Amino acid sequence: MDTSIWRPILYLIGIMVFAGLNAAYLGWCERKGAGRIQRRTGPMEAGYEGLLQPLADGIKLLTKQLLVPSGADGILFRVAPVLAMIPAITSLVVIPFSENIQARAMELSVLLLFAIASIAMMAVLLGGWASGNKYSVISAARAVSQNLAYEIPMLLTVICIVMISGSMNLRDIAMDQQGGFWHWNIFRLDNFHFLYMWVAFIIFFICSIAETNRAPFDMAEAESELVAGFMTEYSSMGFGLFMMGEYLNIVVGACLTTTLFLGGWDCPFGMFPGVWWFIIKIYILIFTFIWIRWTYPRTQIYKLLNLSWKILIPFSLVNVLLTAFFIKVF
Amino acid sequence: MQPLVCPSGTLPSLFSAEGFAGIIFLLTVFLVISGAVIAVVSKRLVRAVAGLAVCFTGLAGVYYFLLSPFVAMMQMLIYVGAVSILIAFGIMMATPEDKITPDNKYLSKLIGPLAGSVGALFFAGFSLLAVKTDWQVFPEHAAADGSIKAVGMTLLTTHSMVFELISIVLLLAIIGALVLARRGRN
Repeated sequence: MDTSIWRPILYLIGIMVFAGLNAAYLGWCERKGAGRIQRRTGPMEAGYEGLLQPLADGIKLLTKQLLVPSGADGILFRVAPVLAMIPAITSLVVIPFSENIQARAMELSVLLLFAIASIAMMAVLLGGWASGNKYSVISAARAVSQNLAYEIPMLLTVICIVMISGSMNLRDIAMDQQGGFWHWNIFRLDNFHFLYMWVAFIIFFICSIAETNRAPFDMAEAESELVAGFMTEYSSMGFGLFMMGEYLNIVVGACLTTTLFLGGWDCPFGMFPGVWWFIIKIYILIFTFIWIRWTYPRTQIYKLLNLSWKILIPFSLVNVLLTAFFIKVF
Repeated sequence: MQPLVCPSGTLPSLFSAEGFAGIIFLLTVFLVISGAVIAVVSKRLVRAVAGLAVCFTGLAGVYYFLLSPFVAMMQMLIYVGAVSILIAFGIMMATPEDKITPDNKYLSKLIGPLAGSVGALFFAGFSLLAVKTDWQVFPEHAAADGSIKAVGMTLLTTHSMVFELISIVLLLAIIGALVLARRGRN
């Protein structure tokens, strides 16, 4: 093997640091954002503007006892939070942060992301069931029916992108969109893809909010109905791992949206190329996630499923047909 | 993708790429076997489904070692992401009390040896096949890199019959689901 042993080790450390910092500080960002939207200040006590709050939370979670309820299935109860973290960290391996910053440029990286994401669904299902709590079981059932329903329009919009780029490699998809915002898949000028790709973008964004179980689609942890859903019985780091998994899923969703629709690391006006454009784009998307969460009320599970099966799936199917039509005709 | 092949008769060093790949292969095989054992032995149905999911994950690893990453990803997406989850979903909805089913002594005495002998027969047959077959180290048709283009080409030329059959199966499944769902309403 000609590659140095240091490359995988450095990428491993880098990905762990990126994942850990994001999981810790997105919690802070969310509390600050929620505070500002509700005319409060958010955390202020620990450090300047509450910047040490994630550290304090981490120490608190680590020193607490991990309780396993007597009616719970001990093994599955302990395994589920770990399963929630696996897909979030593994997905970061194939994300192209920049032309030269990517741990592994796999040929089938888009497929890998969706294949790995199915483990997260399993984690919610097993965690909810193993808690031995009615609220948790109902929550797990809701989460799974929601995730299955929203995976279909999401995959269909991804098919549009794969058809346009002719590749399942995230790096190739991003390379295909270089050279200004009129090359990005969302506003693509050639073949008149801009006429309908913005619809695909909206569908994809709605699906990624639903897939990460965020408000207004957080049916799995609707506090007013289900206490805390599948996380009700979890304490200490078990709860912490579920929360970290949720924030990392948001990061992965934002990275994927950026790579598929917003040109990856490409600058809108063809200036200052580099990794920072990718970072700026993902944090704008993450801010939008937080913004939507704290400004919209929760929907009902029936309306949620109707939205996917009756509106998003037909629209995304039409989008696939339109993509094929425009590629062939023009 | 390049296959990792050692000259026969020599063991690779544990810290070389080949040795590491070998360890990971043993891990995937362990996942398959342990998952299958959990799925069969476990008395709680949800644990059995979890074992099944572990087994499917291991199988995806085996497919990856057979130089077909596309099949490996599809194995994860379909069998772990859809099949296991739907089975677990059905079990959770159907048996909320999680009853541990008591063993039927007479039936298990009858079925146990039968299943054991059938399993032994299959194992012996496959082992014989594996030993007797003249394996090629890296067959020509596997040289397709598993990219989406190669998969699409083979699916619509060499294996177009399978492609058509799958569409018929899916159509039947949709019609069957509609019939079952509609029957409950009226």
